[in-house]
Amino acid sequence: MILQVEGVSKRFGGLQALSDVTFDLPERQILGLIGPNGAGKTTLFNVINGVYKPEEGRVLFRGEDVTGRRTYDLAHMGLARTHQIVRPLNELSVRENVMVGACFGREDHGLKTAGEIADEVLRFVGLGSRAGQLAGSLNVGQKKRLELARALAAQPFLLLLDEVLAGLNPSEIAQMVETVRAIRDQGVTIIMIEHVMHAVMNVSDRMIVLDYGKQIAEGTPEEIANNPRVIEAYLGDPHLAERLMEET
Amino acid sequence: MSTTDVELVEQGGKVQDAAPAVVSRWRNPGLWLTILGVLAIGLWPIITQNAATREVFLFILLNVVLASSLNIILGYTGYVSFGHVVFYGLGGYVGLYLMSRHGAPLWLAMIAGGLAAAVLAFLLGKAILRLRGAYFALATIGVNEAMRAFVNNFEPFGSATGLSLNFQVYNNYGGALQALWMTYYILLALALLAVMLSYVVKTSKFGLGLMAIREDEDAAEVMGVVTPGAKTWAYVLSAILPGIVGVLIFFKNGKVLPHEAFRLHFSIEFIVMVMLGGQGTVLGPVLGALGYQRLRGYLLTSDLFKNIHLSVAGALLLIIILFIPAGFVGWLRHRFAILRRFLP
Amino acid sequence: MDILRFLVDGLLIGFVYGIAAMGLTLIWGVMNVINLAHGPIIALGMFGVYLLFTNLGMHPYLTLIVVAVIGLLLGMVIYVIAIHRVINAPHLSTLLATFAVNMIIIGLGTAAFSTTPRNVDFSLGSIQLGPITILGTRVVAALVAVLVTGGLYLFLYRTRTGKYIRAVANNRTAAELMGIPSARVLALSFGIGTMLAAIAGGLVATFFPFTILAGGTYELKSFVIGVLGGLGNPLGALIGGLVLGMLEGIVPYFMQTTWVPVIEFVLFVVILLVRPSGLLGGKT
Repeated sequence: MILQVEGVSKRFGGLQALSDVTFDLPERQILGLIGPNGAGKTTLFNVINGVYKPEEGRVLFRGEDVTGRRTYDLAHMGLARTHQIVRPLNELSVRENVMVGACFGREDHGLKTAGEIADEVLRFVGLGSRAGQLAGSLNVGQKKRLELARALAAQPFLLLLDEVLAGLNPSEIAQMVETVRAIRDQGVTIIMIEHVMHAVMNVSDRMIVLDYGKQIAEGTPEEIANNPRVIEAYLGDPHLAERLMEET
Repeated sequence: MSTTDVELVEQGGKVQDAAPAVVSRWRNPGLWLTILGVLAIGLWPIITQNAATREVFLFILLNVVLASSLNIILGYTGYVSFGHVVFYGLGGYVGLYLMSRHGAPLWLAMIAGGLAAAVLAFLLGKAILRLRGAYFALATIGVNEAMRAFVNNFEPFGSATGLSLNFQVYNNYGGALQALWMTYYILLALALLAVMLSYVVKTSKFGLGLMAIREDEDAAEVMGVVTPGAKTWAYVLSAILPGIVGVLIFFKNGKVLPHEAFRLHFSIEFIVMVMLGGQGTVLGPVLGALGYQRLRGYLLTSDLFKNIHLSVAGALLLIIILFIPAGFVGWLRHRFAILRRFLP
Repeated sequence: MDILRFLVDGLLIGFVYGIAAMGLTLIWGVMNVINLAHGPIIALGMFGVYLLFTNLGMHPYLTLIVVAVIGLLLGMVIYVIAIHRVINAPHLSTLLATFAVNMIIIGLGTAAFSTTPRNVDFSLGSIQLGPITILGTRVVAALVAVLVTGGLYLFLYRTRTGKYIRAVANNRTAAELMGIPSARVLALSFGIGTMLAAIAGGLVATFFPFTILAGGTYELKSFVIGVLGGLGNPLGALIGGLVLGMLEGIVPYFMQTTWVPVIEFVLFVVILLVRPSGLLGGKT
């Protein structure tokens, strides 16, 4: 198991963002994490990656208890993530951005090796020709790819992708899905938060559904698609939805 | 295989220097241009052997050291220190104390001063570097003022009357005139050292981490930059040379008083120099120091401006902030991609 | 009974500190800007009262009204020229912009008024309260301070413009989306901040002699008080001012006066570290 989340709960003042979330993640699996807006998906990422400390529960990464450890410690252990709202290092070049990931990630690379890794990763995500551009001058789609490149350059064991498909057109989505598969084939385990349903169902080996901070379903994409609780969470009462559809 | 800057410009992209590792960092023409620049400034009084010029340029070189050091925490790491002069003042006081009360030689006093400043930076860093933005700036002001008020009361440092050196001390260095020139040479060497330090930091992995912190501290942490340690080291590095220089200047002056050593205004001027020249660049603080001091000198001696020199400087600062925040060198780098090679 | 006298005196001066700090803290609270021109504006307030009193023979407390209006207008002009352009830029920009204004004012002020100390030759006698003698000017200043605070609160909480200001302070973007002209509100808020600074300066002019540079100490005190009371919290500023005033009054009783700044600034840094939202809670 590369990741074990045990009974994690997180509260912000009066709001219970996560309640008793528990799951295991075997290596080289792609786990899809879905749920309506505000369900706590990004909060779960933040707990796993060290931004927040949970009130209850623990997180084990590669067998080690990492609950509440600093984010940079987790990066050194081989955990990388992208953000829902991209965070490029604006005044640095695309190449320098990725080099930061390479230098400070799992391996302690020097500048020269980091540069080489950066070149390779940028080619992989299709940003090779923009290596010298300032990160701040990219468009949103390119910034998302930069964010992914930065995470990959850290050579992580586990990659947390937060809505990496958001805002992409259909052909870009198809491309990104292939990229995600290729990343997994290189040995990286992936958790994906997504709203683009068809894509995430297509690529995930397994899925977990959160609603109001609680885990309401877990299983293969087929099982999830047919799970009435999941449908209810997204669409409300499924029977009402059917009736309404019949009426029109 | 790597695209050149020119090709990228033609593609319409905005170009920033590619990774420093592309060109061996010691062969960067920009570094040598900067060093030559400092030497050109520094050698002028030596060539003309003019005492008045020497004093003027001494002051310029002093500001080069202080502005370049400030740039490490301000320009590279993005932490605005409004109290940078505290390192100059404390280091200087420690050094002069050792010289005047314990007869220590200059070189030892300078090392002690640098060390004292570094220790202060280390302790301070641990305390206040977790403050962000304006809070950090305010805290640095508070620290400087607290230190000044404290030294004003501190008996071993002479309280309000400060410390002074017995004139005889200069005999150890070949007499007063010799000592003045020696001070100048040492300061020139320190200025070159400051530029080298700035460049080495900027082109190192450590520097890359600092700049990541400047751009987005939380994202940098997620990527693995150990921000508390990195910031503290940046702060320490920014404090050492000011501490050493403080000793040197107080030695030259033969005395020090609390309100002279910890002049808050000085700190603000360093920031102006860094901003004027271009924060986050190696060359910027150097040009900024030179430009600002020349401007100040001109204003002070011009009949028209001498009474309102502060206002003119203020107006200039305002114009820079409002319209050219990247400073002179920063603006050049954005505008003419070719120049990036030469303007580190 | 000496200590009681120091305490009361400090308390009364503290009211004026509070007004000054209120000016700084209001600007911070509304627009996240630390006004480094605060000191010179306080000094301008001092000069305003002095000039109107000496040259026009106006009663000092009447001059305060003129000084307040000028302070308001000056602040709005400063905002429009120097700050509006960089209001959304990183903090360093606004810090330096206001500092540039500081330099401009000091430069012009030194040229116009030189550094000879000025004095407003005005006295209201003194009152005997039991064992203590209190100066009349102090009492009036404290009263003015309370009036001004009351006025400010009425304005902020009972008028529509005041509501606009509070909205912009809370969430500028949302306020704009609601149709509030944020630029005008910000200019007005800045003006009110400088107005308070000018009034404080004017009151100080009735206590002590001053030069154009005198504002500096009050500016530093305002920082300390602002942080003490919680940046963005006007009432906190007033209370913080009282606390500082009393502290300054009592400390010399126990140790040399020269140690007072040390305590002030150490306290300042400690509060920033331990409780940046101030003792009474403000905006972080």
